[in-house]
Amino acid sequence: MKSSILNSLSMGSLWTLPLVSETFPTVDPRTEEVLADVAKADVEDINRAVKAARKAFDHGPWPRMTAYERSKILLKYADLLEKHNDELATLDSLDSGKLYSQSQGVEIPHFVTRLFRYYAGWADKIHGKTLPADGPHQVLTFHEPIGVVGQIIPWNFPMVMFAWKVAPALACGNTIVLKTAEQTPLSACLAAKLAVEAGLPPGVLNVVSGFGETAGAAISSHMDIDKVAFTGSTETGKLVMQAAARSNLKPVTLELGGKSPFIIMPDADIDQAVELSHFALFFNQGQCCCAGSRTFVHESIYDEYIEKAKARALKRVVGDPFKSGVEQGPQVDKAQFEKILSYIDVGRHEGANLVTGGARIGNKGYYIQPTIFSDVKDDMAISRDEIFGPVQAVTKFRTVQEAIERANNSPYGLAAGVFTKDIDTANTFSRALRVGSVWINCYDVFDAAIPFGGYKMSGQGREKGEYVLHNYTQVKAVVTPLKNPAWL
Amino acid sequence: MTMFLRSRISPVVSRACTLVWRRSYGAELAPLLKPPVEVKHTQLLIDGKLVDSASGKTFPTIDPRSEEIIAQVAEGDEEDVNRAVKAARNAFEKGPWPRMTAYERSKILFRYADLLEQHSDELVALDVLDNGKTIDQATFAEMPNVIRWFRYYAGWADKIHGMTLQADSPHHVHTLHEPIGVVGQIVPWNFPIIMFSWKVAPALACGNTVVLKSAELTPLSAILAGTLALEAGVPPGVLNIISGFGHTAGAAIASHMDIDKVAFTGSTEVGRSVMEAAARSNLKPVTLELGGKSPFIVCGDADIDKALELSHLALFFNQGQTCCAGSRTFVHESVYDEFVEKAKKKAENRVLGDPFQSGVEHGPQVDISQFNKVMKYIGYGKEQGATLLTGGERHGDKGFYIQPTVFADVGDSMAISRDEIFGPVQCISKFKTLEEVVERANNTQYGLAAGVFTQSLDTANFLSRALKVGTVWVNTYYAFDAAIPFGGYKMSGFGREKGEYVLKNYLQVKAVVTPLKNPAWL
Repeated sequence: MKSSILNSLSMGSLWTLPLVSETFPTVDPRTEEVLADVAKADVEDINRAVKAARKAFDHGPWPRMTAYERSKILLKYADLLEKHNDELATLDSLDSGKLYSQSQGVEIPHFVTRLFRYYAGWADKIHGKTLPADGPHQVLTFHEPIGVVGQIIPWNFPMVMFAWKVAPALACGNTIVLKTAEQTPLSACLAAKLAVEAGLPPGVLNVVSGFGETAGAAISSHMDIDKVAFTGSTETGKLVMQAAARSNLKPVTLELGGKSPFIIMPDADIDQAVELSHFALFFNQGQCCCAGSRTFVHESIYDEYIEKAKARALKRVVGDPFKSGVEQGPQVDKAQFEKILSYIDVGRHEGANLVTGGARIGNKGYYIQPTIFSDVKDDMAISRDEIFGPVQAVTKFRTVQEAIERANNSPYGLAAGVFTKDIDTANTFSRALRVGSVWINCYDVFDAAIPFGGYKMSGQGREKGEYVLHNYTQVKAVVTPLKNPAWL
Repeated sequence: MTMFLRSRISPVVSRACTLVWRRSYGAELAPLLKPPVEVKHTQLLIDGKLVDSASGKTFPTIDPRSEEIIAQVAEGDEEDVNRAVKAARNAFEKGPWPRMTAYERSKILFRYADLLEQHSDELVALDVLDNGKTIDQATFAEMPNVIRWFRYYAGWADKIHGMTLQADSPHHVHTLHEPIGVVGQIVPWNFPIIMFSWKVAPALACGNTVVLKSAELTPLSAILAGTLALEAGVPPGVLNIISGFGHTAGAAIASHMDIDKVAFTGSTEVGRSVMEAAARSNLKPVTLELGGKSPFIVCGDADIDKALELSHLALFFNQGQTCCAGSRTFVHESVYDEFVEKAKKKAENRVLGDPFQSGVEHGPQVDISQFNKVMKYIGYGKEQGATLLTGGERHGDKGFYIQPTVFADVGDSMAISRDEIFGPVQCISKFKTLEEVVERANNTQYGLAAGVFTQSLDTANFLSRALKVGTVWVNTYYAFDAAIPFGGYKMSGFGREKGEYVLKNYLQVKAVVTPLKNPAWL
């Protein structure tokens, strides 16, 4: 099945625009071998895509059909994504190394198809307001589509990130130029094809594969893109926002990195806490912006926790993501792989206690042992920097106040996990932690209605829920004087 | 850009003739009226105390009527911003402000509104003195709105609602809309106390603490207003006022690592550097209110006299120094000649004089650099072949007064049609069809506001949807009621001020999720 999917991609004409003949390889992280050569978009291709998106927005049917019509197309799209669930899952697993069971059973159905249906439902519920004036005026607001939207997505959740961006932007009546991550271009190619099949008019959704420094930069600095949404590293987020400022002052929303605390109180069920904190860090090979990457364990349960966490990590099955029963696949590529190994080295040198793991597995494929450091100090690099790999960093705390202070002592503010049964403790933490998501006795709950995004340098703006609609609409006030108003 | 000289209708008024005022411009300018206010406060307000700047430096603020110094004001720089941020951070993390109930905050804000009302005359006089705006405008059009907005946001303070949400699985989900923290605010000189209130009222209502930098041209009213906040019970450190310059104090705010959000109103050019600085430092979210070149469209079926009156106001209000000035007047060909004739007369009848004199409609421009810029654009208008109907020269030889100026037959490619002049220079051009005027009106990098004059329901609906601007005023202009959101499309900025909409600029959204056991419902 895998090879036939690849064949159909390279043969089928997915592109409505002719492109320069340059390509780049996308690599299978299990084998380090090339999966396929993908068309490489550069500045000129971005220009063409924007031109098509602009034409579709200013003159095409998409913003001028009723919201109901748009919602029907989005529902059809969701049906097609559902129909091609396994194909999309296969492409994501091939490209990124994520577990096929995760992608096929969880990501595509619950965070892709689900999301398109959710936003299809929002499409005809974009409400402006009528407002009371201080004088005899009629006042109303329109929440209009913002126009041509540039979207740049990362490699850690290719289809999920595609859905988080595309679904709300389309639901609000915009047109899109989306650049996938260079590590994981494949699934979006198929998804783009399916959009056309669903009835999305030409030029409404333009998908390009390419690199950040060329295609991504071209999007951020394009003079005819009305808004840019970016998910990726904090470092690149800075560049995106600067480019937006220097070009046409397009508004930006950013979902960036994190170093999210996972706090375990003494009243927690230890086995559940071990399991959940393990999941919070090791999920997706540790490649999650909101990974619970600083584990704070109360001193009274610390030793027991370490022992159990170690046992759990040793049990973690690492292997071919397509094999049943495997819990951890390879890291996405060589650069990430090397970065993680170097952080493990740093951790050793900084004096953290290596509890388990710490080395590569085998000599082919970017596999790393599930690794745990304990007695991690707050000023260590492995406690401050985002590692984006299967490296858990555990530290001890004594009081709630101390945990709050240390948890908040970070430039990031994406998420936090809190493990406690006590209502007062839960309320104290949930208000005091400076993060966009607080998961209490759970983690990585990503239901459609729940807004997600960062405080501080983890980003600005929220995705999902009703909140994201604000990113993809423009507010216009319309004011007219009233003569003899029946009421004011 | 072809440059060719074309001397047209109005004669060049030589300097020797400046003593002869054209009758329609009103009273002689000298002697100047004494401002009915004493300049009491010239220092920085940090952590509840009036203090000198760290460097001890001061800078002068100038009376644009006389070009003379009003007072020396403490000049805030990076160190002062650091101190203010420290105070604001302490007030936010440890002080009472975010930890009192919203009701308590609202009571303080209501008291603040009362104090601002009591000190109306003083605040008005300081703005007239600093900026040159007329006392009638500041007294009747501006100050009551300032008080209104503080009362409006005092009313919002205890209505900041998060949500409970339905999950796709057995989870309890709620969102908290939290104060965002320490907010940096940079306000412009064209409406000092108004811009102060647009920024401060909602930020405080949401429970934040503030470091506000006033414009260097108009620092006085913000300092007084800051002291009144303390008197109202706003705790020390919650509202800090820095007078100073953009490239020093302003830049320090935009790039501060411990400011959680910055809101800026000013030129598009400076807006860029604010956003860049925010990105390069700590990625603080920004909202920007920038420039504009707003179209004022008069359709064939418009009430001509009403349209004329409002198009005149739309441009000449505040000496043309308004971001959303109706600075491109598009008149339907069927009413063009009549309109142009009346516009000329109206401009000639505009009463120019000492802004402290009640009855005066037109004061000086705010400073020499704005004055020079406007005169330069008038020069371009003349050179590029627009028809100069009236005005076009300096008025007098002291004070930054410019004659109300009207150009007709303005071409879209002329500099006076493309660039924001920010002065009393009306630009009128003719149009034929609605589709044409929409295209021409939208053909700009800006998108702040538009005026539309028509009696036709369909025309009003068509234009209000087609114009790419944040505010469409139909048969009116400058309606700034508290509930109406204001802000730009395209390079006029992003984010909205006023109304309920502004609250989201000053809040952070947090989702809190907990699993449910045996839920009664989902």
